[in-house]
Amino acid sequence: MSETLSPARAMLKSTLRAFNTNKTSWVGLVIFVIVVLAAIFAPWIAPLDPLDQNVMLRLKPPSGDNWLGTDYFGRDIYARLVYGARISLIIGLASTALAMVIGSAIGMIAGWRGGRLDTLIMQLMDILLAFPSLILGLIIVAMLGPSMTNIIVAIALTSIPPFARIARAPTIAMKEREFVDACRALGFSDTRILLGHILPNILPEILVMGSLWLANAIRTEASLAFIGLGVKPPIPTWGGMIREGFENILDSYWLVLAPGTAILVVVFALNLLGDGLRDAIDPKLKGEA
Amino acid sequence: MTAFLIRRLGFAVITLFAVLTLVFVLVRIVPGDPAQVILGDQASREAIEALRERLGLNLPLYHQYVVFVWGALGGDWGTSMMTGRPVIQEVLNVLPWTLELTFLSLLIGVVIGVPLGVAAAVRRNRFTDYAARIGSLLGLSFPPFVSALLLLLAFSIGLHWFPVISAKSGSLSAWVESITLPAINLGLITAAYITRVTRSAMLEVLQEDYVRTARAKGVPWTVVVWRHALRNALIPVITIIGLYLGILIGNSVLTEIVFSRPGLGKLIVGALNQRDYTMLQGMMVIYTLVVVLVNLATDIAYGIADPRVKFK
Repeated sequence: MSETLSPARAMLKSTLRAFNTNKTSWVGLVIFVIVVLAAIFAPWIAPLDPLDQNVMLRLKPPSGDNWLGTDYFGRDIYARLVYGARISLIIGLASTALAMVIGSAIGMIAGWRGGRLDTLIMQLMDILLAFPSLILGLIIVAMLGPSMTNIIVAIALTSIPPFARIARAPTIAMKEREFVDACRALGFSDTRILLGHILPNILPEILVMGSLWLANAIRTEASLAFIGLGVKPPIPTWGGMIREGFENILDSYWLVLAPGTAILVVVFALNLLGDGLRDAIDPKLKGEA
Repeated sequence: MTAFLIRRLGFAVITLFAVLTLVFVLVRIVPGDPAQVILGDQASREAIEALRERLGLNLPLYHQYVVFVWGALGGDWGTSMMTGRPVIQEVLNVLPWTLELTFLSLLIGVVIGVPLGVAAAVRRNRFTDYAARIGSLLGLSFPPFVSALLLLLAFSIGLHWFPVISAKSGSLSAWVESITLPAINLGLITAAYITRVTRSAMLEVLQEDYVRTARAKGVPWTVVVWRHALRNALIPVITIIGLYLGILIGNSVLTEIVFSRPGLGKLIVGALNQRDYTMLQGMMVIYTLVVVLVNLATDIAYGIADPRVKFK
């Protein structure tokens, strides 16, 4: 980072450079922003009510009135798809943010303190990582009940280890650097050094990781909803729509095709975004899954 | 090697205990009384008391914990609340189905993923590389049940090449028919994952001095890539595959549901719908066991592939 620039401008500049290294990041970002806008302005984009049932219009294929057809209850699939984006995004963003905060904090503390605490924490993380996250999420939600909060907590819990890992390594490396010694000499508290001086340095990596795990969280939410552990009906969720549509898959393929494509597009966009940015930030990691 | 193995074994045991404790805690923080949940609101006090006693819920917590861990280690995972049969028997009944699917997918994943990853790394930043990268990223983006549904729509419902419900019967052709689509579904996603890991591992190894030396002394490029480089690149790949098995097991749940295939996935979802807590508890234990064993196997494979590990 150039020293003549203000920190904010320097950050903006390096962010732009990261985006330009891999043009695919822009593609991912644009698609994701479109989905976010669609979710926010759902009532304007989808004029029909996603909950409005109409027995006369049951299982109609796509048409001029119902662009993506109707479901078993005669509800407009396009409207349900647009409103369903809200649930996916809220759960995805909330759980990723939660995992990001908790995971980074755990990783930074482990790296900063070192020694036994570090070993203990990282072994715990390895155990959590070893467990199939979908199964763990599934059991937590099944035990606590499928409310939105519980789903968020379950997904967050399963995504903590990667953030702890990615925050820990640079903390250890930075602990030995001169600016940290300087901070210590000035009598700064550990918290102040960690939050004010180490966190800003590792934030880009954590955020990039966040975009990849957001993709994962959205996919997990959809998977849970497909199994029947989603936000309660009739609120539309993509995974839930596929679950309902699956029962009529033999003659009404559009029921599963539309929400399935929606999940795929969002997850793919986020992966493009995160993958490209990760390349730019750390060329060594290039292409690692 | 022995010290290395003992250490890994120790870690496996710790993991097992940690997860068993987690399961124990999880099952007990369920809001409300499990006995009440099982019997419903209409149940009499006596019936609830009797069930509490039968489930051991009247014992002090530490006692329950010892009974639970001891039972779990000894293969006694309780009785399914719904079928009344031992959980372990229910699990063992369907385990082969899941294992066969998992290993076949892993095989497909390795057979496609490793060569593709090597090809992408060797032709870095050229068409093969871009195609492999975008293709594998797309593969990683597919929720397994969505890809499974697409395969089902295309090949079973559209083209009628495969049965919609894939439960095998006696003959070999029936087995092939029933396992092809589920295995391809999981195999392709696994291949996407392995392609990426192999590619990045190869990229790193290809920059090493010994690769340059081998080329300089006239070893043919193909031999350098496949024998010198790949052998070294395989070490991280094996580790990642071991970690990936956890994801694969989760993905197999979704695949089994879509293709109506018996297996752990169907069992766990059935238990969920029936609120069969003992079954869920048992399922957690079996998943943990599988994951711990696989990780242990990975570590051993790691030790064989890389002699340096033994001395660390």
